[in-house]
Amino acid sequence: MTRRVLITGLSTYWGGRLAQALEQDEQVEAIVGVDNRDPTRELERTEFVRVGTQHALLRRIVEAAEIDTVVDSRLVVDSVTTSSRKAHENNVIGTMNILAACADSSVRQFVYKSSAHYYGTAQDDPAFFTESMGRPHPPATGIERDIVEAEASVRDFGEKNPLVSTSILRFANVLGPDVRTSHTTLFSLPVVPTILGFDPRYQFVHEDDVVAALAHAVRHDLSGIFNVAADGVLALTEVIDLLGKQWAPLLPPWGTGLAASALRRLGLRIPPEMLGQLRFGRGLDNRKLKATWFVYKYTSREAVVALAEHMRLHPVLRGAQEPYRYEREVEDFLRWSPHVKNPAYRKQPELSPEETRELERLSDAHADRTGVPRGGSAVEQAEALARAARPREEGPPPADIRAAEAPEDPPADVAPEARPAPVGHYDDLGADEIVSLLDSLESTDLLALRDHERAERARPRILAAIDSVLTRREAAAR
Amino acid sequence: MPEAARTSLRVKEPEVADLGTRPGLPATRDHDLRRYLPGVEPERQLNDWGRSERVEGFIDRTLVDFFYNHWFRCEVEGIENVPATGGALLTSNHSGALPPDAPMIAKAIKEEHPHPRPLNVTVEHFFKGYPGFSMLIPKIGCVAAHPANVQRLLFDEQQLVLVFPEGRKGTEKLYKDRYRLRRFGRGGFVEAAMRARVPIVPVCVVGAEEAAPIFAQLNFMSRLTGLTYFPITPTFPHGGLLGMLGYLPAKFKIRFLEPLRFDAEGLDEDKSLVQTVAHEVRARIQENVWEMVKKRKSVWFG
Repeated sequence: MTRRVLITGLSTYWGGRLAQALEQDEQVEAIVGVDNRDPTRELERTEFVRVGTQHALLRRIVEAAEIDTVVDSRLVVDSVTTSSRKAHENNVIGTMNILAACADSSVRQFVYKSSAHYYGTAQDDPAFFTESMGRPHPPATGIERDIVEAEASVRDFGEKNPLVSTSILRFANVLGPDVRTSHTTLFSLPVVPTILGFDPRYQFVHEDDVVAALAHAVRHDLSGIFNVAADGVLALTEVIDLLGKQWAPLLPPWGTGLAASALRRLGLRIPPEMLGQLRFGRGLDNRKLKATWFVYKYTSREAVVALAEHMRLHPVLRGAQEPYRYEREVEDFLRWSPHVKNPAYRKQPELSPEETRELERLSDAHADRTGVPRGGSAVEQAEALARAARPREEGPPPADIRAAEAPEDPPADVAPEARPAPVGHYDDLGADEIVSLLDSLESTDLLALRDHERAERARPRILAAIDSVLTRREAAAR
Repeated sequence: MPEAARTSLRVKEPEVADLGTRPGLPATRDHDLRRYLPGVEPERQLNDWGRSERVEGFIDRTLVDFFYNHWFRCEVEGIENVPATGGALLTSNHSGALPPDAPMIAKAIKEEHPHPRPLNVTVEHFFKGYPGFSMLIPKIGCVAAHPANVQRLLFDEQQLVLVFPEGRKGTEKLYKDRYRLRRFGRGGFVEAAMRARVPIVPVCVVGAEEAAPIFAQLNFMSRLTGLTYFPITPTFPHGGLLGMLGYLPAKFKIRFLEPLRFDAEGLDEDKSLVQTVAHEVRARIQENVWEMVKKRKSVWFG
């Protein structure tokens, strides 16, 4: 069975890694990723759409692309990365929106990346949490409250949509060479601070296993709640020993929060949910996922060792590799331009011979009708097609088409005041907002919008974005 | 959590319904997950419960060995009642400030049993929140008395677990009440054994009451210090915190009784059976303790 996957939070570390993993899977036919930031990892055939968690827009994407599997990888589990209000907005409201977009649609599987912070940390915890256990106490920190609330809405979704396999994966603390968390920050200090008199139990999971578990849930249609944590629960002193560091009980057992805020002044931020772990620790029962034939590549101990090895090598390699930067224009060129001939660079699967013949035949027919020479850029062709499709009396006469091909030259016959902006308060919107809106507009509106923009402010970024959306739709229609 | 709700093995846990597997999909959940238990990594010195071979071995060789052989001069009967393989729930009477009975029972199995096995001692959750204790207690083989922990140890890992169903009421008992067993919780230990389908081995300990007698409890001091209780013993509080370890050299006698077996599944659902068995276990221990006290000629020499 082939899959058409939507990944929300493509630009998070996990979204990007998962997309890269699924790209290698032939069973996955299409991967669409959404986020409101640029992707942070290089992607081959994943389609990136810049959209946040607006459910109306997501729903259109889901329906248009006939998505059958949605993976939500957006959850913020570290409260130092963002403000608590933004985290709440992302974790709770964002999840609700995504679920709203998936309900009663083509979606048949929903995979939710959650966190073991769901269980919290308390004195009367069991040594190994199983999936059916709730927390013994109500959540005390903002992040934990968010996670509990978000999971409740996912479970609710699962009950109301019995045809959708809903799976929740609760991940233990992640370690690995690439990922940055509060714990890796803590462990990279020369002396690791601990709470005096406490040696909590820690369970980790390697970053590769996190990605593998998400992909496993997609491929095997998992349904239910699963703990994802590597075999083996370590004591914190054991972890620090494996890292080859020293530990120092700098935090007092009473008034720990106060001491942590003093440390924050010094630049070390220990989030409240981590203080709980440093005191009581946490262990997870990972057997339910193992019973679905998932095999962990690393044990907790091996994950720590992998981090230790990376931390020794890192100072040597620092700066050797440029971080990846997403360039929309380059990505669009590589994906959609007919000039990309070298198959090694072509970022989308090649068309089949019949499809190519069909495309040529159609474009020939249109070229005859509109007078655009074949082999012009995709943008030119799209423009010509759109103009040809329009009623004659509205569109400019064919003689003017050549003029319109040069974007610097606004067509003389288009009077700006004659065309109202297709989007209300258009002129009040910033360029970013407009770009994120473009995908939701109809093609005719887009053409009108482009003319409007060209006549008014002619911001090249918006013009290019409109053009690329048009081109893409054109290609999709083939 | 109010005290009434947390006798040794009955911490009530809000259960959350799983999303469950739907019909038509491959069954992913094996009922018996025992074969998916993590393997042992030979490089590690701690196990997943936090038990440390090194720390435990050190304390065993020094402190426990001295107390077992020279101070309490333990005498053991019925060691053959402790099974050599499989899980078993050892159930003992409990007494004394900072009770010496648990390490002595563990040491007895290590010394006298033909198949020496590690013993997991269930302790109150209180210890996990107390600095210092929190670090040491798991390293020497103590496990918080949570029903899920006991189930995993007994059923999944097939280990020996020692419980004191009297719980804190046993350790708070004053010298004048010695060898009179308190209520055995609410039978949570019986449920735990039935759920895991392992035998209960009743254990009687005589001598611990005299080794660490408590003459009075100062409730206002326990509130003041945050300790669970503040006992007055021969050496505490005037001997300082170490005074808690100041045991008198009473003669210890440990007797393991015939195990009670529960092989059928689902026995723990029958609450009246659970209560009956709990009473039976308590009665057997009480009877044997009184018999052992009756036969004892001297508190100090046995």
